[in-house]
Amino acid sequence: MIKIESGKKIVIAGWLLAVTALLGTGLMVGVNWHSKPFITENERLVLLRTLNSVLPSDIYNNDIVSDIVFAVDAELLGGPNETTIYRARLDSKPSAAVLKVIAPNGYSGPILLLVGIDMSGDILGVRVVKHKETPGLGDGIEIQRSNWIDSFTGKSQQNPNAIGWKVKRDGGEFDQFTGATITPRAIVAAVHKVLIYFERHQGNIFSSSKILTE
Amino acid sequence: MEKSEYKSIIKNGLWTNNQALVALLGLCPLLAVSSTAINGLGLGLATMATLILTNVIVSMVRRWIRAEIRIPMFVIIIACVVTAIELLMAAHFHDLYLILGIFVPLIVTNCAIIGRAEAYASKNAVGHSALDGLMMGLGFTIVLVILGMVREVIGYGSIFRNADLMLGEWASVLAVVAIEDYRGFLFAILPPGAFMSLAVLIAIKNKLTQLDLNRNVESKKEELGAMTTLSSKE
Repeated sequence: MIKIESGKKIVIAGWLLAVTALLGTGLMVGVNWHSKPFITENERLVLLRTLNSVLPSDIYNNDIVSDIVFAVDAELLGGPNETTIYRARLDSKPSAAVLKVIAPNGYSGPILLLVGIDMSGDILGVRVVKHKETPGLGDGIEIQRSNWIDSFTGKSQQNPNAIGWKVKRDGGEFDQFTGATITPRAIVAAVHKVLIYFERHQGNIFSSSKILTE
Repeated sequence: MEKSEYKSIIKNGLWTNNQALVALLGLCPLLAVSSTAINGLGLGLATMATLILTNVIVSMVRRWIRAEIRIPMFVIIIACVVTAIELLMAAHFHDLYLILGIFVPLIVTNCAIIGRAEAYASKNAVGHSALDGLMMGLGFTIVLVILGMVREVIGYGSIFRNADLMLGEWASVLAVVAIEDYRGFLFAILPPGAFMSLAVLIAIKNKLTQLDLNRNVESKKEELGAMTTLSSKE
């Protein structure tokens, strides 16, 4: 008798749990269905805002968020993964590109950068999108903390020359931070490589519609 | 609900059984994001909202919950509430989500929430449970903000930096530079600083409780003394 009783109890408990899980899943499906379009639109706007921080809004009028191409170049673009390139066009003519690249050798792992370059190879702006550098030392790369990152604006592959594309401690022309040389060094190197990549592949970037490889 | 009950719930949440200082629950998110006062406030408010909601739901279904499966049921309820909050926030308050987004999933790891579901909401009426959630959440938030302020002043030399990111443009006036031209003190911002600051807060809380207790004992003694002198006179 007792055995049957306890067996029944477990079955009821099991059903109860199943119903709860089903209700919970149903609720999540509903909430997800409701919020998905909003979230997609919000993410698009955020991306656009980030892109506009390295790209003056008056030099393009295409839908830059969807006008993208992917590139792979382990040597110049920071790793084996695909790099996203956003293509800016003014009245259908190429005007600039924004490359989302990785500086692989930060002090605490990779640093994700956005680099905006115009058609003459000059830098329009650089922003750090994601990093894990030490707070208080390496995080001067964020625009909220210092304007160091703006020191790239207007530079190009020949200005300064290859020797100048280093931090001051290594004989170059970019400042390092007190107590943090590795972080700025990683970013300077990454930005320089992006410029080299852009110069080599400028034509392909705007004509190709598929993945660019080496 | 009686007045004394209200009072005891409020006192429990804010002081006697403060989740961060006494129960020492929710330390993982507490220590991870209390590096500035605004971060602390953000996580505190999100935790409070979750606590109120989960307490109310658990209390509503408490008659159907069976002892053997109560923990998995609580987990399902909490996970659903947190996920719903995260999705709705991303959809309708995206700027806030960008700042608090990383904290919201962390709330699931806060054992204070399942703790309140188990210890309180599953045994008490909906109104009581909602108030309990509010007060426990508020107590947690206050500790988080104080901890954030302490670490921020020592670590960055400022208070309420980035307030405008969370509360809107007007709040940028809240940001105060406490120490001019401060070079920063890394220790306070990194996790060890969080442990040290929390330890100091707990010590202060214990001291205050101790003093309170002593005062009660003293006044009892005096009462007792007065009674004995009275009886000896007789």
